[in-house]
Amino acid sequence: MAHSVRRDAPELPDFSLLKRLARDQLIYLLEQLPGRKDLFIEADLMSPLDRIANVTTLKQHDVDKLYKVEHKPIVSTSDQTVRGCFLYPLTNWFLFPDVVNADKAFGRFRRYKIIFSPQKFYACENLLEEQGIFGDVTTDEWSFYLLPLDDDIISLELPEFFRDYFLEGDQRWVRTAGSALHLLHSVYGPFSKVYGIGRCSKMAYESWREQVEEGEQRARQAEIGNVFLIDRDVDLVTPLCSQVVYEGLVDDIFRIKCGCVEFCPDVTSSDKSIKVMLNSQDKVFNEIRNEHFSQVFGFLSQKARNLQTAYDKRSGMDIKQMKTFVSEELKGLKQEHRLLSLHIGASESMMKKKTKQDFQELLKTEHSLLEGFEIRECISYIEEHINRQVSMVESMRLLCLLSLTENGLLPKDYRSLKNQFLQSYGIEHLLTFSNLKQLGLLVEQQPGETLTVMESRVGKLVNDKTAGKLTDAFSSLAKKSNFRALGRRLNLVPKSDEEYDLRVPRDMAYIFSGAYIPLSCKLIEQVLERDGWTGLEEVTRMLNGHEFAVTGKTRKGNTQSLKFIVVTTAITNSARLLESMLDNHA
Amino acid sequence: MIRGKPDEDDYWNNSKFKAFTFDDEDDDFTRLKESKRAVNSIRSLVEEEDEEDDVEKVSWSGEPVGSISWSVKETESSIRSTGEVRDQSFPKIHTAPSLPKNSSGYSLSSLFKGKAKTGSFQSFSESFGDPSIRNYAPELRKPKSEYKDYVSDWTPEETVKRMQQGKVYSLEKFRSLQDKLLLLDEAVNAHDGNVITAVLIYLKKSLSKEILFRELITREIALRHYIHYLKEIGEQKLLVELFKSMDRTEDMALMQYRDHLNVRDENKRRDFLKNCLSFPFSPDDATHVQDHYTLLERQIIIEANDKQVESSGQADIFKKYPRKASILNMPIITTLYYSCFYHYGESDGTFSSPANIRKTFRISDKQFLLTCLGARAKLKAWFDVDALFTTKNWLGYTKKRSPIGFHRIVDILQKNNAPVQVLQDYVNLVEDVEQKISLAQKYKCHDVIINTYRDLKDRQQLIVYRGKVERSSSEYRKIEEILSNSQLRWKN
Repeated sequence: MAHSVRRDAPELPDFSLLKRLARDQLIYLLEQLPGRKDLFIEADLMSPLDRIANVTTLKQHDVDKLYKVEHKPIVSTSDQTVRGCFLYPLTNWFLFPDVVNADKAFGRFRRYKIIFSPQKFYACENLLEEQGIFGDVTTDEWSFYLLPLDDDIISLELPEFFRDYFLEGDQRWVRTAGSALHLLHSVYGPFSKVYGIGRCSKMAYESWREQVEEGEQRARQAEIGNVFLIDRDVDLVTPLCSQVVYEGLVDDIFRIKCGCVEFCPDVTSSDKSIKVMLNSQDKVFNEIRNEHFSQVFGFLSQKARNLQTAYDKRSGMDIKQMKTFVSEELKGLKQEHRLLSLHIGASESMMKKKTKQDFQELLKTEHSLLEGFEIRECISYIEEHINRQVSMVESMRLLCLLSLTENGLLPKDYRSLKNQFLQSYGIEHLLTFSNLKQLGLLVEQQPGETLTVMESRVGKLVNDKTAGKLTDAFSSLAKKSNFRALGRRLNLVPKSDEEYDLRVPRDMAYIFSGAYIPLSCKLIEQVLERDGWTGLEEVTRMLNGHEFAVTGKTRKGNTQSLKFIVVTTAITNSARLLESMLDNHA
Repeated sequence: MIRGKPDEDDYWNNSKFKAFTFDDEDDDFTRLKESKRAVNSIRSLVEEEDEEDDVEKVSWSGEPVGSISWSVKETESSIRSTGEVRDQSFPKIHTAPSLPKNSSGYSLSSLFKGKAKTGSFQSFSESFGDPSIRNYAPELRKPKSEYKDYVSDWTPEETVKRMQQGKVYSLEKFRSLQDKLLLLDEAVNAHDGNVITAVLIYLKKSLSKEILFRELITREIALRHYIHYLKEIGEQKLLVELFKSMDRTEDMALMQYRDHLNVRDENKRRDFLKNCLSFPFSPDDATHVQDHYTLLERQIIIEANDKQVESSGQADIFKKYPRKASILNMPIITTLYYSCFYHYGESDGTFSSPANIRKTFRISDKQFLLTCLGARAKLKAWFDVDALFTTKNWLGYTKKRSPIGFHRIVDILQKNNAPVQVLQDYVNLVEDVEQKISLAQKYKCHDVIINTYRDLKDRQQLIVYRGKVERSSSEYRKIEEILSNSQLRWKN
């Protein structure tokens, strides 16, 4: 992984190009509206926009003032109003017509333009039409599909994808995913091979192929070789496990948003919060991000000592040497000093938080769940967690983990745990339970295997297409995670009696203290090793199928070592995943 | 050619323009309309100049300008030109074929021949940038339907494809139920939720809901899009009908229940919840909703009472520990904690008493103990804490018992800053010796450690521990005493 870069690994493509493309298109859109204008930006779009353009760029293109979208009448001197925004939630759009109508009532007549990013939806335009302001308001699209968050991480920044697709069953983002793939393909392709698993991946793949066929093809030097598409719900266990490498902990505790984290005064040891970009440009962070937390302290103190030595060089310098030191090294040292003290502060603060909540015991329970060991003890631990009203999301996470690893809860456990959960955190969470059930994250065990039997029987009687539909209908009723069987088949849970040396990771399990190898990563490894799905039939069946592998025109040997680029609809963790399932606010 | 004849040209340039005197027309709007109309015909006029001349030759031989052959030609050209304008990206759809009463002017456009090529086109593009033109845009649907017979003979597949690409499309020609469903199925096959929803919006407008619901039952994917769409635009009533027609009564109940979150006023919310009781929830959820209603009803009573007591300054507890927030809409356990904090010892009959809450909401022993312990420990009411665990057996001896391990109890007490004297009583009750010692060490309960080592007859450990305490302390003296006790038979 990120530790040792093998020499034969290829260079990473230059993804900053994607930013430039997005910026140019935004400027083009602004230029389409000559004259001074105000720009209203939806909160969700603020951080991504920050990564693309700065205020100066916007001002250069006649943007007068910048506002955050708040659904109230617009006080603005400019007669043109450009609004950039995400569509979701659509319900907020009911308020937009009010804005326009309020203007009209004042006898003002301003031009409004809504720029949707990354694409507009007919439903939204229909709403504008129904409200009688289609025409007063014009629309456009900012095809801002991909935001590079780091050298090798690209995000679609669509956190709503998960809920919309997996919970609501709305496929509105499928084509968006296809378009993002298309963009990646046309700039860095052609891809030599595409593998995938999951219904949504397959649809996104098809949508992309369609777009390729519609457009023209140019021959070019391929910078991306193999592509692997995977549905989030193929592997729900991984995001639900506690993270123990540095970056993961920072995300779980402080929340990384769009590659940025805000360290609270507690960390900065001053009275202000500081916003820090977390990527490979931050040299200190880059060295510890993938390290198990237990290794981080040692590393940081070593680093601090080195820094001290570097500073100490000053004593005994003559004036000339001092001059070189100040001009050449001091700035770097100061920068490093600043970063080092931030990360030390963050580590301390995380340590404090984690010891307070008995992190060790929590991890022990998680590991038992993954191993399928002492389940009754785990249940009483979860119960107590709920009873003591410790963090709700954490309780929910443990319940989901229990359900996923055990293929559902026994009906009596389900009833009792749900009851206690509602007592502790509020009865309105019965809506959350209904969502979790729908998604298959937290379910009751079905008596016997009736559904599976029925499925296969029905499947034999009718043709494939209908059977597919039926399977979908059934699977929403009883999604089985098959975690135990998958774990055995793919060796996801290393034997616990072996000592796991975290300093010398022997496999991907080190990111969970050696307790579990992420299913999604293991799948990719297996498929790349076999150059396809052959031999994994049993696994794909347990994962609900929809796997595919397509070879492109050019084909390269697989002898080279690989570099991985992660493209995601959004970077998630347990809290974000579960919070998107909450229904408890109006 | 006829064109060469000067007198004919003269006739064109003079009589036709004069007849309509457009040049003198200064009404902006009229000019606008006319220039648009003109532009629609430019293409045909430019391309078919020669043919047109042939036709005109005929017409000048006696055929009136408004005759059938004229109209047909005009219609053809207008199809072509509209087709072209409509091919632009889709936001322009409503502005392009936007001529009110377009149909009335077919024959007139030919009269523009001379001027249209230059002047009118310009005014068209100018007018496009004019904000006032947008006012007319939304109402300009009529011409489109009039063109229906000629354009948009797109198959469902083509239509869906055009929609995906953001091109102009028309759904109005999908009128038979069969066509509508073909279109819907095609959208579903294209896996584009945006288009699926767009088609559903059209079906919603053009089909009765009974028919639409019926067809959606067998179309799971489309159905889910429809439900999501209705949720987003907040069409509750329709959703209720939909769920009802599909016998998804639990979904319906939950969705209606969800609405209580929008009710801010607590009394209205309580009434809303009361109304929810009759919804067809699953048996388990029905109990929960009943609890929800009961809980809020009680919270309202407790809140009103306590607010009044607090402000009147009658009760010490409120003076000493002013309430930080209202109890309304808090979970059951928080309510129980509140009640253990402010209403401890009240008789079972009152709504605010811990015992009453425990009974009403069927709170487990374990849960009750944990909550109560937290509240009493917070108040440093160690006597109450003690009483929670004390049971008497039939001989009258008292014994401490707990449904949860005492190591947990210690943990909770410690988090509430219990003094060592209190803590060590509970550390002593931990059964597992190793756990007991580690807890005792963690919380510095020296007596427990020393006594345990003594009971274990572990001289070595005791000696080690002597090194850890201060020489002048009472612990040190105690260890010395034990070590010098010749009665003890050490194991090491």
